[in-house]
Amino acid sequence: MYQFEYHRPKTLDEVTALLARLESPKILAGGMTLLATMKQRLAAPSDLIDLQDVTGIAGISVDAKNVTIGAMTCHHDVASSKDVAKAIPALAYLAGRIGDPLVRHRGTIGGSIANNDPSADYPAACLGLGATIVTNSREIPADDYFRGMFETALKENEIIVKIVFPIPQGAAYQKFPNPASRYAMVGVFVAKTAAGVRVAVTGAGPGVFRMTAMETALAKNFSAAAIDGITAPVEEMLQDMHASSEYRAALTSVMAKRAVAGVSA
Amino acid sequence: MTVVAMQVNGKQVSADVEPRTLLVHYLRENLQLTGTHVGCDTSQCGACVVHVDGKAVKSCTVLAMQAAGALVRTIEGLADGDKLHPVQEAFKEHHGLQCGFCTPGMIMTAVDMLRRIPKPDETTIRHELEGNFCRCTGYHNIVKAIKAASEVL
Amino acid sequence: MNAIDAKKATGIGASVPRKEDFRFITGNGHYTDDICRPGQAYACFVRSPYAHATVDDIDFADALAAPGVILVLTGKDVAADGLGGLICGWLVHSKDGSPMKTGAHPVLALTHVRYVGDHVAVVIAETAAQARDAAELVDVSYGELASVTAVSGAQAPDAPQVHPEAPRNTCFEWELGDKAATEAAFNNAAKVVSLDIANNRLIPNAMEPRAAVGEYDKGTGVYTLYTTSQNPHVARLVLSAFVGVAPENKLRVIAPDVGGGFGSKIFIYSEETVCVWASKKVGRPVKWIADRSESFVSDAHGRDHQTHAELALDANGKMLGLRVKTKANLGAYLQLFSASVPTYLYATLLSGQYDLPAIYCEVDGVLTHTAPVDAYRGAGRPEATFVIERLVETAARELGEDPAEFRRKNFIRKFPHQTPVIMAYDVGDYEASLNEACRMIDYANFPQRRREAEARGMRRGIGFSAYIEACGIAPSAAVGSLGAGVGLWESAEVRVNPTGSVEVLTGAHSHGQGHETTFAQLVSDRLGIPIESVEIVHGDTDKVQFGMGTYGSRSGAVGMSAIQVALDKVIAKARKIAAHVLEAGEGDIVFENGHFTVAGTDRGLAFAELALQAYTGHKFPTSEIEPGLKETSFYDPTNFTFPAGTHIAEVEIDPGTGVVKVIKFVAVDDFGNIINPMIVEGQVHGGVAQGIGQALLENAVYDPDTGQLLSGSFMDYCMPRADDLPSFDVGVTVTAAPSNPLGLKGCGEAGAIGAPPAIINAITDALGVRDIAMPVTPERAWRAANGL
Repeated sequence: MYQFEYHRPKTLDEVTALLARLESPKILAGGMTLLATMKQRLAAPSDLIDLQDVTGIAGISVDAKNVTIGAMTCHHDVASSKDVAKAIPALAYLAGRIGDPLVRHRGTIGGSIANNDPSADYPAACLGLGATIVTNSREIPADDYFRGMFETALKENEIIVKIVFPIPQGAAYQKFPNPASRYAMVGVFVAKTAAGVRVAVTGAGPGVFRMTAMETALAKNFSAAAIDGITAPVEEMLQDMHASSEYRAALTSVMAKRAVAGVSA
Repeated sequence: MTVVAMQVNGKQVSADVEPRTLLVHYLRENLQLTGTHVGCDTSQCGACVVHVDGKAVKSCTVLAMQAAGALVRTIEGLADGDKLHPVQEAFKEHHGLQCGFCTPGMIMTAVDMLRRIPKPDETTIRHELEGNFCRCTGYHNIVKAIKAASEVL
Repeated sequence: MNAIDAKKATGIGASVPRKEDFRFITGNGHYTDDICRPGQAYACFVRSPYAHATVDDIDFADALAAPGVILVLTGKDVAADGLGGLICGWLVHSKDGSPMKTGAHPVLALTHVRYVGDHVAVVIAETAAQARDAAELVDVSYGELASVTAVSGAQAPDAPQVHPEAPRNTCFEWELGDKAATEAAFNNAAKVVSLDIANNRLIPNAMEPRAAVGEYDKGTGVYTLYTTSQNPHVARLVLSAFVGVAPENKLRVIAPDVGGGFGSKIFIYSEETVCVWASKKVGRPVKWIADRSESFVSDAHGRDHQTHAELALDANGKMLGLRVKTKANLGAYLQLFSASVPTYLYATLLSGQYDLPAIYCEVDGVLTHTAPVDAYRGAGRPEATFVIERLVETAARELGEDPAEFRRKNFIRKFPHQTPVIMAYDVGDYEASLNEACRMIDYANFPQRRREAEARGMRRGIGFSAYIEACGIAPSAAVGSLGAGVGLWESAEVRVNPTGSVEVLTGAHSHGQGHETTFAQLVSDRLGIPIESVEIVHGDTDKVQFGMGTYGSRSGAVGMSAIQVALDKVIAKARKIAAHVLEAGEGDIVFENGHFTVAGTDRGLAFAELALQAYTGHKFPTSEIEPGLKETSFYDPTNFTFPAGTHIAEVEIDPGTGVVKVIKFVAVDDFGNIINPMIVEGQVHGGVAQGIGQALLENAVYDPDTGQLLSGSFMDYCMPRADDLPSFDVGVTVTAAPSNPLGLKGCGEAGAIGAPPAIINAITDALGVRDIAMPVTPERAWRAANGL
């Protein structure tokens, strides 16, 4: 790691003041991605602003309509929350598939969403459930938030405070992990909501995306058979030493069908 | 340089470190607690697992400053005096280690696993070990040891 | 506990819990990174970002001026101090009789870099972080050159050249066997089965990265090197005799607790060499700890063969001949065993367990712009087993024969058996292992399990692998005749203390194998003393007499045999002393359960009492018998040992995703006699995991255009995790090895040798395809399952 200065503010106001004042600061949430990147010397912030002591941005609350998760809530807390498991079991399941138990004790939903790694799991849940990302200055619908590989709608010095997930009628997540990194090579989140069926895919393309062709087919007939033969476009898929774009495209279909079967069950 | 203080294995400790100092280096170099190991630089192998405020974490991906004020437990603090922790006993009894390098992290992960899931089956144990690599044992006896420990804990 | 019960609990054949475990489970191990010498400085290496380039200039002024920096050293400094290069310990000759060809292997690059990660300079600073900060400031002017990373194309006349001394990048064109007899066998064949086989490149990835601390004592002129070595004496020999850092008597090498080796810690690399050399220049101890990223690019890799193999069969399915042509990727430089691994450790095992009258094998050793390839768990023998067992399984299928029955028909059944490729198998019972493995996996009911899986939409397959290996490498004369630069005996010293406790100094080195326990079991068993009274000392050239180290599954067969011989000498002398003390004839002294007694009387001495007598010298003529009780042996066996067995894998494949799941893995091995079954099983588990890793997960991939290592971290190099593997079913059969006094054969590598073909045979069976490349990634299996 390169040298940096470390800050540990207690309020969001202090955070914004630091962000405004410092040269090239970065917000430190759980650090599972940021610190790993800095260790590889691929990032060199002048300052790290650790959010762990900031009040009011961690914790889970569930009401009749929504599951609300504070930005600094770690994956383990979401995965093991009885309330989340009851309201949106697919969300708890997804959180329990991120990284490994040790990573889940530190990594946070806010950090994951802010980073928007194309193979991260949480973006699929946010987009699949039509979540709202609430920041210190506004509310951003998931459909507007994710802008491709590591790109989001967040403005400079904007801080995610919480994510609000509307409770669906049913949902399921199917993840095909990269055998080496265990990030999603293809992850498909399917949700049956009051507003219609939503299918979000992570890992396969340069950023999380919705499969509208599947959504249309499932709206008419919510069954795995209904999306038989519908795959993501091969030319838009990622390709690397682990998987070709053709294979990733095929997996979008297989994983989606398994997720649909999981919702029906 | 900044003074970072925390409680490690029940003792209040402090050391003057650069902000970029990782918790694992703070433990190894400043406190000479060399039981916690570094086996990779991509936060995957789990040789560095310690408990921070009761939860198992990878100390190679935590800044010492993030852990300031925390309660930290390392492999050196696991046994109760001369009495080994049941997980330590089980690793010995069931030959759950060979070269010993991954062992401290493996044991600290296993202790945390059994805190959360007191009676895991083999599939669960294997899944829970996703963040710990062992190159010697093929995991067979590690799984066996954790299962055995779960039965006496 | 009486002596007899104690022997049952801790003697030969008992699953004694390991003596070394306490320090490891409590965090009190002492690995090289745990060693802090007063005033130590830290080294960071500047490595080549190019696969092939000229080094035109190195400007390190900024680095030298950076905070905490003490010294920057380059290849010019190495040359100025007259250090020699790093060496290969084995000389192989080509068919035409010419010696192998390669260029020098400098400690730090002088004019060229030849692979990504090659060593260019070293920065030594007050802290590790400062050394790394400053290393980024070293400005190297490279002249990038074209590179070649794969053997295909590397021998073309216009291919980029790794070393000018090796035209067409060909280090050697080696052959073994009777070409004419093999041609004749093929001419008479009723059927020929052939396969093109790739054995994927692997990265050993011992969990402890390599590390070194070098220290120079100005007062005595003695250098000390603490390092992660499988063979500290060999390291000292090479550093003295070839690199010329210091004379052997002024150099101490200590390999403390070592966190796994698997072959990657045999070689004496640049980094360790630099730490010891630089410690005098800096005037302070110099420490270097590899980041895992550095391990990936700079540790020795393993395997990487391209092979065309053909098996000739008669009309009854009896094997007539085997013809093999292999191109072995050696990487950019030869390491200690690099030349022997794809030749004498490979082709000599191509007869497998089969009565094969004629074999001819050609191997081209090919230099490329990649990390050096050297011994990795199995070293040549997994490659040989993969060739023969893939061919045999394919032949059985094409002949419509049951693969177990086909093997039985061709097994060697009379011993000793001289193969056409040097090896003389001394003992074995291959059918016993095969039968036991079939029983354990319930082979008879496999068709039912397959039908049941198919009903669930899964594809299930079963695959056999009947492997053989040559272990305990030795005898010295044999390896010498094959080109080894050293003898491969082992040494032991048994020191009995006056109070009857014992220290055993061994030239073998434990880095996970449990020598402190198994070696102590032998001593406890033979001397009839408690295992707690035995201390095994290894890994320090100042303490231990010269030794050859641990690799090639040799510590039991060779290292323990040396202890056995030294124990014989101790007991022989003790008898003489006992005879005097007990005033009896030496022939009347009986030594049993730790007691020397006069036959037919109750007069006797416990071992500890005898030890005290030996050191006081009061009751025997010291003019005839020297006082003290300490004996040494340098033991050289009469043959290699030949562990063999059958592994069977059962897999299920999800045709939708291509995920291959190993449902069951049975390993039945004949390791000869066994000292500690628990430890032996553990060795099998670990080996099988690495073998399954090779078959399903692990692959070192270089970008063919840039020569960059694409699988350069655990993010991309797939290490086997707990949930990738099943629990294993391990069984044994026993035929004692006649070539050593303990009847041991060696067990360290069997799993890595036996597993890959078993897995691939199971996958091809499940999918109904003739061949599939390792590692069988989900995509590869998915393509095969769907005919893509």
